[in-house]
Amino acid sequence: MADLPDAATCYELLARMALIRRFEEEAGRQYQRARAGGFLHLAIGEEATIVGATAAMRDEDYLIGTYRTHGHAIARGTEPKRVMAELFGRVDGTSGGRGGSMHIFDAEHRFMGGYGIVGGNLPIAAGLAIASDYKGEDAVTVCMFGDGASNAGNFGETMNLAALWSLPVLFLVENNLYGMGTSVERHSAQTDLSAKAEGYGIAGRRIDGMDVLAVRDAVAEGVRAAREERRPTLIEAFTYRYRGHSAADPEVYREREEVEEWQQRDPIESFARRCREAGVLGEREVREAREKAEREVLAAVEFAEGSPEPALDTLYESLYVLDSAAGWYAVDERSPEPHRGEHEDRMPPAARELAEAGAAYAGQPDGPRPNPAEHGDAQEGSEPEVAAEREGVED
Amino acid sequence: MAELRMREALRDAMAEEMRRDEAVLVMGEDVGVFQGAFKVTEGLLEEFGERRVRDTPISENTIVGAGVGAAMAGLRPVVELMTINFALLALDQIVNHAAAIPYMFNGQARVPLVIRMPGGGGHQLGPTHSHSFEALFLQVPGLLVACPSTPADGKALLKAAIRDDNPVVFIEHESLYGRRGEVTDDGEETLPFGQAAVRCDGTDITIVGILKMAHVAEDAARVLANEHGVKAEVIDPRTLRPLDLDTILHSVRKTNRAVIVEEGWPHGGVGANLATLITEQAFDHLDAPVQRVTGADVHMPYSRRLEQAAIPHEEHVVKAALAALEGSL
Repeated sequence: MADLPDAATCYELLARMALIRRFEEEAGRQYQRARAGGFLHLAIGEEATIVGATAAMRDEDYLIGTYRTHGHAIARGTEPKRVMAELFGRVDGTSGGRGGSMHIFDAEHRFMGGYGIVGGNLPIAAGLAIASDYKGEDAVTVCMFGDGASNAGNFGETMNLAALWSLPVLFLVENNLYGMGTSVERHSAQTDLSAKAEGYGIAGRRIDGMDVLAVRDAVAEGVRAAREERRPTLIEAFTYRYRGHSAADPEVYREREEVEEWQQRDPIESFARRCREAGVLGEREVREAREKAEREVLAAVEFAEGSPEPALDTLYESLYVLDSAAGWYAVDERSPEPHRGEHEDRMPPAARELAEAGAAYAGQPDGPRPNPAEHGDAQEGSEPEVAAEREGVED
Repeated sequence: MAELRMREALRDAMAEEMRRDEAVLVMGEDVGVFQGAFKVTEGLLEEFGERRVRDTPISENTIVGAGVGAAMAGLRPVVELMTINFALLALDQIVNHAAAIPYMFNGQARVPLVIRMPGGGGHQLGPTHSHSFEALFLQVPGLLVACPSTPADGKALLKAAIRDDNPVVFIEHESLYGRRGEVTDDGEETLPFGQAAVRCDGTDITIVGILKMAHVAEDAARVLANEHGVKAEVIDPRTLRPLDLDTILHSVRKTNRAVIVEEGWPHGGVGANLATLITEQAFDHLDAPVQRVTGADVHMPYSRRLEQAAIPHEEHVVKAALAALEGSL
């Protein structure tokens, strides 16, 4: 077991994990309130892997992740209120409400995105590393992805390219044992994911992803190898998401006992206990970290609530970089007759109402939605209702 | 001015931009030592070395994705895909990533990436090396689409594409690589996207053609003039997105008739799209339905006889033009 660092570092690691945990719990609650729409993938239980990784990175390093990256952005330094505003689809969100939960991005903190296509971020990570190498810069790219992505074609292609061109990149598999609802044993012929890049000449190692210090040390070594030796590595961190894959996950593929067993090894509880037992942090500091997280997350919700919806006339913004624009880039935008959605005042009433109500929530059934941060996440409640309607028709 | 082949003009465009801007690099399958499957990158490795001219493994999605990432981090990669059919292996990175990233991250990231790919039939390359997917890429918001037909346009458009901050799908035609034309040697001359070329003036009918079909359209115009006394106006849009619709509409309002020629499939094609735009914007000026001449609705057959039957020729264009002019001659 890695030695405990100094008190300030311990506090920082604990506080970051507590902040992400509290943020995700609140995101689930806001989803239940229909403030957040779409799919919501929570990383509750995976905080040590996230914070351990970012704690070993420099400011100039790039981090790129998947569709479960609220915490990754926060760990990199993005303000929680901007992530929350993105979940709310508001203008002050990290992507101004265009990306949503799966597409968080923060150029300033070199968090190079959340991506909704499994494995889609791997080639981009190689490209970021190519750019650092090409420009003679020191930056390393840390590419995080799930166990399921190790089966995508991009995985093999990117491992080959990274090894072939000696790219300054570190691959970190967040192995939470399930690709959505399919367990590793049922989705990967090689269940030792750290061995899956050996054939490309990339060494792998397996670590305890519930131990923030173990992750930090392993990532530090991987980042060093990438920076100094231009040697990519593959780290497999064992971790666990306590909640469903997304808010629409009935969790029929695992037993309650398994979840409880992992919760016994909770990354935040165990690290806090260790810090207390070693006398590095006191009861007061641990409580303070939690209370600070509570305040920050509640402020984030308030901020997101107060942030405006995107104006409809911004629909086409950022689609293109328009310098010496000639011709029609987007057909609707340049048509002599505007598309009916383009100007609010010319919209048909139903569309205007939807827009005013927040189109993301359109079609949601009445009544409370399940809170994915609290329980086993039924299918949004919409499916049974549709089934009932269908039965009615048949009668 | 110098007379160059299309492949040389494209090569010069890349070489000049690489000399001008250190951020430009070329990546692709066999673009270096082999000098390109169609010899478009000839000489680049020798001049710029392996750092800037990179032979890649056969991993289309990852090559394009690496281009996306490198572009996001400040480089200006030019990625060559060996044929347009191989671009289908990279559609995820082209559509879900290159095209979407600027928008879905609200302008925080730019993707100044050029993806070059040759397509088109005529060399008996059969069903997996000869297609025309202009319409496929045209459909995707966020992408720019270029389809040059002359060496001069090829060079000037490719230079503009490399300097552009948007992701560009740059479609070349395999049958045009050896075609010669006058090309400027002014290294600063570029052709802005969204400017069509009027290849010949006319008053009776507008013929729009892209890539190799721009030349077929011109050939057809000559036949129409010589044998039928018809003055056709031939327009080459040169880029499909942005599209210089104004020039096309201006012509149609004058001639009141239009034929669109492309090598791609008929359903949901470039012609289908353009015919709709013309009908929407200039319906009152049309004296006949807009005619389309397209490739056959099949996969490109190998047999020379069948392949030629699947590709539009000047006689098809002449026939379509005469059909649109029926009753007025």
